[in-house]
Amino acid sequence: MRAITKQERHTPPELEPQRRYKMVTENVSIYYGDVHAVKDITMKFPEQSVTALIGPSGCGKTTYLRCLNRMHDMVQNARVDGRVLLDDTDLYDKSIDPIYHRRKVGMVFQKPNPFPTMSIYDNVVAGVKLNGVRNRAILDEIVEDCLNLAYLWDEVHDILRKPALELSGGQQQRLCIARALAIQPEVLLMDEPASALDPIATQKIEETIQELKKDYCIIIVTHNMQQAVRCSDYTGFMYMGSLIEHGETKQVFERPADKLTAKYVQGQFG
Amino acid sequence: MSHESRQQKRAEIRAMFKSNVRRRLWVDKIMRGAVVACALTAIIPLVWILGTAVYSGLPVLSWAFLTEEPGAVGAGLISIGPAIQGTLILIGLSSVLGLPVGILGGIYLAEFGGGGWLARQIRFFMDVFIQVPSIVLGIFAFLAVVLVLGHFSVWAGGFALSLIMFPIVARATEESIRMVPWTYREAGAALGLSKMAITLRIVLSQAKKGIITGVLLSVSRVGGETAPLIMTVVGSSVFFEDMDTPMDALPLRIWRFSLQPYDEARIAGWGAAFTLLLVIFAIHLGVRYFFMQEHGGKGLRVVLHLGRKVR
Repeated sequence: MRAITKQERHTPPELEPQRRYKMVTENVSIYYGDVHAVKDITMKFPEQSVTALIGPSGCGKTTYLRCLNRMHDMVQNARVDGRVLLDDTDLYDKSIDPIYHRRKVGMVFQKPNPFPTMSIYDNVVAGVKLNGVRNRAILDEIVEDCLNLAYLWDEVHDILRKPALELSGGQQQRLCIARALAIQPEVLLMDEPASALDPIATQKIEETIQELKKDYCIIIVTHNMQQAVRCSDYTGFMYMGSLIEHGETKQVFERPADKLTAKYVQGQFG
Repeated sequence: MSHESRQQKRAEIRAMFKSNVRRRLWVDKIMRGAVVACALTAIIPLVWILGTAVYSGLPVLSWAFLTEEPGAVGAGLISIGPAIQGTLILIGLSSVLGLPVGILGGIYLAEFGGGGWLARQIRFFMDVFIQVPSIVLGIFAFLAVVLVLGHFSVWAGGFALSLIMFPIVARATEESIRMVPWTYREAGAALGLSKMAITLRIVLSQAKKGIITGVLLSVSRVGGETAPLIMTVVGSSVFFEDMDTPMDALPLRIWRFSLQPYDEARIAGWGAAFTLLLVIFAIHLGVRYFFMQEHGGKGLRVVLHLGRKVR
């Protein structure tokens, strides 16, 4: 496999100039110690859309996704350069408290990770409750809304007090989505949310994503190219830490501008 | 509901979140300060004791002090040779008696006993054992070994100390084995490995760190015990003769020095205390190097290899 030279990097297009961008990253580089894991990524994420990040394992997709809500703050010896803008505020500005921004950026992880000691109900409202919302009626409403959005309400509405770990893997992941939605974020980051799930659960989560798109800016990392085609509006292809191509999903998959992208979407490597 | 009204509603909920940045930053600063202060407070006595031991003990050290038999007080030579030798013998003997029982017992509790009746009883008694004052164990060793054999002996001392050692090691072993995620046992089982191979090769190598910490804790504890030795090895002013006679040990020697009214003895006591710290420290470093180091740490493999030879 060849190395990527600077000239070969695809310049990200102005996707739809008239559209409002919810999140923008400018020249983001991420280092783990001496390892340069993400190289100089400039990318824009429009509101009310789904952007998929694809690329072979180890290409830096997850690392990049995690910088969008400053998750690297919690990792020792990780360093982020460049600017990450949410509604024109730089998340990495010194005066910014990451906590306030993480409330605006929800995240769903690769493996379902409901809090094991909490009930289904408490898991959903954990974020709101621990951030100070105590009103019972409001909490009840949030639980119902979010579980509905995550397509889980019908399955759990009469067992809300049961431990979250009694749910199946797919249900747990949808619970995690509901939990992320409960803090009323504006952006939703999903790190291979369906990689541990069966096709039916995957389909449900993809439906959820389509529903959520109406209100959120969603960024999803996926290994599954069909999934990217099915549920994203835009696709970014990453390779060895660089963003090779970024455009409308249809274009990236049907008329890729870069040879490497073409090879990858045709399944020749990765 | 339209996009706008949903956005509206979400903004309302968000407005209910706590947003007292300034207060939070203040509380954060104060709590950080408190945590650091507490951590420092906790190590002050430790540093103090170490400092005093080094300050008062270091000047006393000499080759003669460390290697010769103690003469009479006032004769100009007080040495702790037999005490050092005795402490090493006692740590070795109690480890030989206590560690296999402790480690194997811990493995049983974690891997085989589960929540069964027997395991529950054993666990309960271990916990009680850990709490028992060491002098009680000394009295027990006196009754069970010294009176039965009819004389004070090294055996009795090692036995008493191993009683202190094994519950600590057993519980540490059990806890660290329990920390190993279940999926690795499943992965091992799916490769067709025997329960034995899974436990020894996969689980134990991951629990190694915790077990060794437990072992070292118990060694330090045993190395500094005085009470059980008073009734078992008693003390002596000559080098080790055989297993059935009294023997000296550093804590015993320190204790005896401290009972004497002479300045000379007091100073020698500090020297002995510092030496005890050095001995324990050396054991810690040695064991950690032998077992833990990324490349040099062949300890577990060596032990398993020896085990196979014996079988």
